[in-house]
Amino acid sequence: MSLRQAICVSLSLLALMGCRQDMHDQKKLEPLEKSSFFSDQRASRPQVEGTVARGHLRADSALFEGRVDGKYVAKIPIPVDRALLDRGRERFGIFCTPCHSALGDGNGIVVQRGFKRPETYHQDRLRTAPVGYFFDVITNGYGAMYSFNARLTPKDRWAVIAYVRTLQLSQWATLADVPADERSALEEMR
Amino acid sequence: MAQIFPPVTNTLARASIFGGVFILAGLLWVFSTVDRSSYVTQVGVVREQPVPFSHRRHVAQLGLDCRFCHTSVEDSAFAGIPPTKTCMTCHSQIWLQSEMLEPVRASYRTDRSIEWTRVHDLPDYAYFNHSIHVKKGVGCETCHGRVDQMPLMWQEETLHMEWCLNCHRHPEKYLRPRDEVFTFGYEAEDQTTLGALLVEEHDVAAATTLTNCSMCHR
Ligand code: HEC
Ligand code: HEC
Ligand code: HEC
Ligand code: HEC
Ligand code: HEC
Ligand code: HEC
Repeated sequence: MSLRQAICVSLSLLALMGCRQDMHDQKKLEPLEKSSFFSDQRASRPQVEGTVARGHLRADSALFEGRVDGKYVAKIPIPVDRALLDRGRERFGIFCTPCHSALGDGNGIVVQRGFKRPETYHQDRLRTAPVGYFFDVITNGYGAMYSFNARLTPKDRWAVIAYVRTLQLSQWATLADVPADERSALEEMR
Repeated sequence: MAQIFPPVTNTLARASIFGGVFILAGLLWVFSTVDRSSYVTQVGVVREQPVPFSHRRHVAQLGLDCRFCHTSVEDSAFAGIPPTKTCMTCHSQIWLQSEMLEPVRASYRTDRSIEWTRVHDLPDYAYFNHSIHVKKGVGCETCHGRVDQMPLMWQEETLHMEWCLNCHRHPEKYLRPRDEVFTFGYEAEDQTTLGALLVEEHDVAAATTLTNCSMCHR
């Protein structure tokens, strides 16, 4: 073998190096990857309707449906504290403000771009509606509004509702609702 | 018989010992440059998508939060790609006439998934988890760039191991307060002090743990 041949052979061997991708693309499926095995080609399998994970039976109808004996519950079935309200405020900001606006008056940005305008939360009908009604709307949708059950856990839904109640309170608050030691600060601003 | 090697080969042989080092170094340099080039890493390369979904439109102009669509980013390894129903939350009423959105409506009618083209994809032997990064205060922007300015999605960073390690060795250079994780265009006034504080506050693991091979190759 001449020197030149030797160089050629070793260079082409070099070029063959490291070109296998077996470890890169292993024979496992990543979330939402395409799979030729299933007829709908989804690697992430949709759950069979009515599946209950062990230990996750949703027997408490007040907590998971907002109803007791078919009637809407009037009281939030979990303890309402500062942490829940903060969580509710955050989730409301993510999922509801695009349409209902930060105030809850129904003039969110998507509505300004042509979506059907929801009614304001600050009317008597909704101020007196039981919390179970709100839970039902979030879980199952209402008219043009799609359901949010896949994106909000039951606990998060109650957190959002607690925050909606806070919003409703805030829009009808009077000076008398403000703690006495904070009142003067507000009066100065007037 | 004539000589096979004329005397000049002596000099050539000596030079080639010397030159070989340079050739090797040169080859290494070529390989590492090619490996980091956008031709290989696909950094900044826009992918063809079935629907020209614009993050700039939906995030910067409509003000949607990442979690409206990437719901599981806070509590799972996988950030999640929105199901068609999420698009239809709004597009059941908005831009109904648009040809661009026909694949979305078709997908909703027929219950067949939209086939988005993956943009970020680590090799299968590397493990990544979104939730821990979000919880410890690494912003989406740090790894994905200005998503809110992208008309179509591209990859901002190489996602090479050296890039991961660069942060895992010094996370304090990049950490943010938890409520700034989803903000874009965030800049700390004094990252050195803040970073050190956040490492304490978020209880971030030490560099020795964070550079352990089995953390990412499990
Ligand atoms: C895509 C826009 C959109 C989003 C996002 C949205 N809604 Fe709605 N919502 C509507 C529209 C539109 C209506 C009125 C539906 C109708 O009348 O057909 C409505 C109605 C309601 C109602 C019933 C009001 C009534 O008049 O009885 C409640 C309660 C409600 N939404 C709560 C929520 C909550 C809580 C969220 C966040 C988890 C949310 N909505 C997110 C658009 C939206
Ligand atoms: C209206 C829904 C929506 C919102 C809001 C949204 N995204 Fe996306 N995102 C998508 C869709 C759909 C895709 C897949 C198509 C694509 O890659 O462009 C995607 C893709 C991505 C990808 C690339 C995924 C891949 O293939 O590697 C990243 C990264 C991303 N989004 C980050 C973000 C960030 C950060 C935010 C918040 C600023 C955000 N997204 C907000 C819908 C959304
Ligand atoms: C919260 C409401 C909302 C959601 C959710 C949403 N969009 Fe949009 N989208 C809009 C609005 C509003 C416009 C029109 C923007 C305008 O008029 O300025 C729009 C415009 C578009 C356009 C038109 C092209 C453009 O950017 O100008 C496309 C394509 C589109 N959306 C795709 C999608 C896809 C795909 C999804 C699901 C991942 C999605 N959208 C989810 C509200 C939404
Ligand atoms: C530490 C860096 C880092 C941060 C911070 C980060 N991502 Fe990612 N993201 C990645 C990597 C790496 C991938 C590719 C994952 C893979 O291939 O398994 C990815 C993939 C994605 C995808 C595609 C789906 C998936 O999970 O593979 C989406 C969507 C996404 N990121 C959104 C987000 C959003 C929204 C945020 C902010 C909350 C965020 N990312 C924060 C590094 C990051
Ligand atoms: C900008 C900073 C940053 C970048 C870039 C980054 N990480 Fe991290 N990563 C962190 C921090 C901070 C933690 C949390 C450490 C702790 O547990 O306290 C972490 C934790 C992790 C964990 C531990 C999860 C667990 O289960 O304990 C894994 C795995 C990981 N990162 C993988 C990666 C990979 C793979 C990449 C590159 C694709 C990457 N990271 C890029 C900052 C970063
Ligand atoms: C922070 C996460 C992380 C840690 C820690 C880590 N790796 Fe990696 N490693 C990666 C990622 C991500 C890749 C894929 C890089 C790519 O796409 O090219 C990788 C790739 C590799 C490769 C393939 C060659 C290459 O660079 O493409 C080898 C070999 C490797 N790692 C070895 C190690 C060893 C040995 C250690 C411990 C000293 C280690 N890794 C620690 C994230 C990590």
